[in-house]
Amino acid sequence: MSRPVRFNISPIPADPKNNIALANTPEGFTGEGFFATKLGDVVGLARKNSIWPLPFATSCCGIEFMATMASHYDLARFGAERLGFSPRQCDLLMVMGTIAKKMGPILKQVYLQMSEPRWVMAVGACASSGGIFDSYSVLQGIDQIIPVDVYVPGCPPRPEAILDGFMRIQDLVGQETLRRRNSENYKALMGSYGIE
Amino acid sequence: MALTNETIKARLIEKFADQVSQFEEPYGLLTFEAPKDLNLKVLQFLYDEDELKFRFLTDLTAVHYPGQPGRELAVVYHLHNLVDNIRIRFKIFTAIEKPDVFTATKLFSAANWMERETFDFFGVNFQGHPNLKRILNVDEMDYFPMRKEYPMEDQTRRDKDDAMFGRG
Repeated sequence: MSRPVRFNISPIPADPKNNIALANTPEGFTGEGFFATKLGDVVGLARKNSIWPLPFATSCCGIEFMATMASHYDLARFGAERLGFSPRQCDLLMVMGTIAKKMGPILKQVYLQMSEPRWVMAVGACASSGGIFDSYSVLQGIDQIIPVDVYVPGCPPRPEAILDGFMRIQDLVGQETLRRRNSENYKALMGSYGIE
Repeated sequence: MALTNETIKARLIEKFADQVSQFEEPYGLLTFEAPKDLNLKVLQFLYDEDELKFRFLTDLTAVHYPGQPGRELAVVYHLHNLVDNIRIRFKIFTAIEKPDVFTATKLFSAANWMERETFDFFGVNFQGHPNLKRILNVDEMDYFPMRKEYPMEDQTRRDKDDAMFGRG
């Protein structure tokens, strides 16, 4: 009872001379030998194409992330070539897996050790909302303790879904204003989580 | 002569007379019960005897029977004779008001964390344990979650939307 194959039927052969993707230039004013644009756009472009993620992989979603990092789905295409396991050196905290209530303070400690600008991605149902584990020991979503930017639903989400979440993070990073982290709104948000 | 369940049962009755009781063999695993004050004596006997040699503690857990007043908490030991490959299950029952049981840590080091887990989830107080505190749950938890009166869901959630959970 197999269905006919619908995707990748006529694959495009790899072209070694034409396989480098270039990022689009931001809007700006060009002239002879100069290009003027907003600083925020340039900084955002640089940041979004070189995010260093911190994989906080706890359970099954961590395995899907390993598949995403491997060659078939390749996260390195998006600039996340270097994964760090030290929060001091990373931009994006990817929480993948079930977080128990006992793990909560540890996750918060890892988040606090990251330096601004930092983003958080909750991968999978357990990190987003506790998933199928509606129990006394599982934290019902990491947004109870840290602010989250992107949620990737799924149990586990397919690697394509994790990549889609990563691309949404890239959109957020590219469009963030340089002064967002100093604004009143942001301080209020951090205050609601008890973070200075 | 190979060690069999009948031999083990005969040795236990010979040593402890009528204090060991409730001999059963569900799925071929010899199971028996003893009063809770004798638990260390029975474990030591099963450990020391050269014919019995139950020197490996596979599991130590508890079961809560709310319908048996005076015998609500059962502490279950699973022992294994590695040489002859025979397993045995040993149960002791204790009342829930005073769930004090002697610790098996001196005999089996594995009992250390297993007893902590049993304390964490059922509230069995192991006397003589070197470090009896919660192991898997948060330290501030004030109840014993695996007892039958507590539901699995966390009762302090405020974000459970009735519509999303199919309750109108």
